[in-house]
Amino acid sequence: MPETLTKFIFGRLTLESLPLHEPIVVGTFIVVALGGLAVLAAITYFKLWGYLWREWFTSVDHKKIGVMYMALGLVMLLRGFSDAIMMRLQQAIAFNGSEGYLNAHHYDQIFTAHGVIMIFFVAMPFVTGLMNFVVPLQIGARDVSFPFLNNFSFWMTVGGAILVMASLFVGEFARTGWLAYPPLSGINYSPDVGVDYYIWALQVAGVGTTLSGINLICTIIKMRAPGMTMMRMPVFTWTSLCTNILIVASFPVLTAVLTLLALDRYVGTNFFTNDFGGNPMMYVNLIWIWGHPEVYILILPLFGVFSEVTSTFSGKRLFGYTSMVYATVVITILSYLVWLHHFFTMGSGASVNSFFGITTMIISIPTGAKMFNWLFTMYRGRIRFELPMMWTVAFMLTFVVGGMTGVLLAVPPADFVLHNSLFLIAHFHNVIIGGVLFGLFAGIAYWWPKAFGFRLDPFWGKVSFWCWVLGFWFAFMPLYILGLMGVTRRMRVFDDPSLQIWFVIAAFGAVLIAAGIAAFLVQIFVSIRRREALADHTGDPWDGRTLEWSTSSPPPAYNFAFTPIIRDNDAWWDMKKAGYRRPLSGFKPIHMPKNTGTGVILAVFSVALGFGLIWYMWWLAALSFVCLIATAIGHTFNYHRDFDIPAAEVAQTEEARTTLLAAQG
Amino acid sequence: MASTAITADTAAVFHLEEEHAHAEGGSTMLGFWLYLMSDCLIFAMLFAAFGVLGGNYAAGPAPKDLFDLGLVAVNTTMLLLSSITYGFAMLTMDKGRVGATQGWLAVTMLFGLAFLSIELSEFAHMIHEGATPQRSAFLSSFFTLVGTHGLHVTFGIVWMVTLMVQVARHGLIEANRRRLMCLSMFWHFLDVVWIGVFTFVYLMGTLR
Repeated sequence: MPETLTKFIFGRLTLESLPLHEPIVVGTFIVVALGGLAVLAAITYFKLWGYLWREWFTSVDHKKIGVMYMALGLVMLLRGFSDAIMMRLQQAIAFNGSEGYLNAHHYDQIFTAHGVIMIFFVAMPFVTGLMNFVVPLQIGARDVSFPFLNNFSFWMTVGGAILVMASLFVGEFARTGWLAYPPLSGINYSPDVGVDYYIWALQVAGVGTTLSGINLICTIIKMRAPGMTMMRMPVFTWTSLCTNILIVASFPVLTAVLTLLALDRYVGTNFFTNDFGGNPMMYVNLIWIWGHPEVYILILPLFGVFSEVTSTFSGKRLFGYTSMVYATVVITILSYLVWLHHFFTMGSGASVNSFFGITTMIISIPTGAKMFNWLFTMYRGRIRFELPMMWTVAFMLTFVVGGMTGVLLAVPPADFVLHNSLFLIAHFHNVIIGGVLFGLFAGIAYWWPKAFGFRLDPFWGKVSFWCWVLGFWFAFMPLYILGLMGVTRRMRVFDDPSLQIWFVIAAFGAVLIAAGIAAFLVQIFVSIRRREALADHTGDPWDGRTLEWSTSSPPPAYNFAFTPIIRDNDAWWDMKKAGYRRPLSGFKPIHMPKNTGTGVILAVFSVALGFGLIWYMWWLAALSFVCLIATAIGHTFNYHRDFDIPAAEVAQTEEARTTLLAAQG
Repeated sequence: MASTAITADTAAVFHLEEEHAHAEGGSTMLGFWLYLMSDCLIFAMLFAAFGVLGGNYAAGPAPKDLFDLGLVAVNTTMLLLSSITYGFAMLTMDKGRVGATQGWLAVTMLFGLAFLSIELSEFAHMIHEGATPQRSAFLSSFFTLVGTHGLHVTFGIVWMVTLMVQVARHGLIEANRRRLMCLSMFWHFLDVVWIGVFTFVYLMGTLR
């Protein structure tokens, strides 16, 4: 009897589910647990819980939510990168009969977790965070369209990250590769909790992503300052709009396909099974219909960042603004017409493969147009090689190589040879690191002074820059070569000793990247220590061109004391040139949304729901589902969600800025 | 030249003097439309799955053996009528008549419940015959598509009850009108999806 009771309470969670036999995981757990305890203790010691809860966790301020997204991305980057360097080390030593130091069970989880974490919990939070912080400021708005939804979306993303992290210490993660293709991910071949962690982590985070996409589209369509027509929007806002359209038009596909996989696993339906009429290739098609737009979701906002950075640091208006906008829109549309190039080897025949090969190659045209626009913006500009500009130049050099290998892979006969090889791995890391990551570092260095009121330390930034850029080239050029020699991805041990040198070089590159990450952390630490010396009181440290540089750094809660009127592209540049004077009086009360803890509570119930489903604790799943619905309904009974910042308070905030500006001279 | 025009225009205006409040809920309709379109994509996926797998009977029962078109026609009528009565609720809401609005919402809910009961009895009957979701890919995709629609209707009814309580409490204030508008779009959207299900799954399935 007690046994059935235990089974009822804990489902399939037993003591054996804890990976106590894996010394590496135990060691990691001890480090994470000690680190976590230290952080919690520090927060308690400095009595920061109340502050964090009131000012951050429950905040509906788009700037704070943006910063929290960035913090989440950074923490998860450390986890995702740990996985990466473990793989590089394993592959560098598993030669000449050596099994390396990771067993297959563990190694397969690591490459799956690396991909999932880097895409969903590093790149996505970073990109969403940047858009959240910057877009409302660039369009002269006070917040997003649905501030509560924004907070909720963030916490759902955190919820997904928590489930992935939990899988490291309670049970295991999927051993299927980052897209969990069936039939391997079906219940017959993956009966344990790994794939379930994968499904529910992505479902929880996916809700947040979809809602934040809807939110930002509405914000850009509805909340622009008067005078800002579509063709006067900053390019970053344009690329954000296209990205969020892609999010809303693709994440539901992921939700649906993962639901079908979950039904196969939980209910025993036959969508993707081998028997009873199921069709595993349908999963591959459906998931790439989400997956290909996803890569443009990641890269488009960074194209926006590069546009802003190039134009600002060249001291020129962006070359070919209109073509830049159209190129973005064309990429947005084309990204839906290429998904099949991820599996030319499916056997769909020459005609279908040709169609998708050609559409894929066509995408390089608008992308090339963008590249030339950036180059022509720099041409005859007064280029300042500050950190964001350095990242941009590194991006241009690196990304072009990735783009060319991409076009190579788009040729179906070539793809038949290179499919699933390390050449492919090198290609997509080439565009994701060389494009997304370099862009994020450019964006972080560019907007950090806006967010915190002081610049990032340039010395450590340059150390990080060179380690990252060189590390990338060392880590991935060998993989191109190995791929051309026919080495496939996801291998744990190798037979041919002549390959080892390339893996050792790649591991060296990974170590350089580790140094780059360390230098980035040092840069943040040093900059906070030296914040007085690095302070910027003008709000416009780079001689910027767009509206976010017109307000103070960090911006007040209400962003703009008066809603700006836009007369031109590069609105702030226009205002500076036309002799703009800050208004010093006549302030009005400002209507703002109130903070709420509902987002956190809903996310907690969602995580509990996911955890219950993963471990077959049906009571927990049912209970948290009921609580989830009840909390959501309860939230709608609150009709008082706004308040007014009194005019006196606005005047006081603005007065403080006037004093600061006057001290600058 | 624009720049000369700017310098000449000394009284250039760079900001609004008055508080520029975006009307509360001004983005809600657009936001809800976008949500509906994302939901529409989920249904599109389920339709696609049915399109691919709908003929894979795995030597099990086929639509001809299972579907009772008469019953489905009655069911469809229930849902269509509920859309009409929701329309009446919106008309009375425009006139500000709280009681009538609540009444029509209640009627809509009853039609919705009738639809769900018929659907559930159909499911029960099929499962009793051995046509379970596990039996074949056709049945998996059938139950998932129709069931997802049914879940949406269930959710719509829960939402309707919530709104009726809120209207009873606060009357037809601006926020409640907006919420009723959203539910209205949601309800009609489910109707449109059902037309697709009826045609694509039931009628064309029987022809198959």
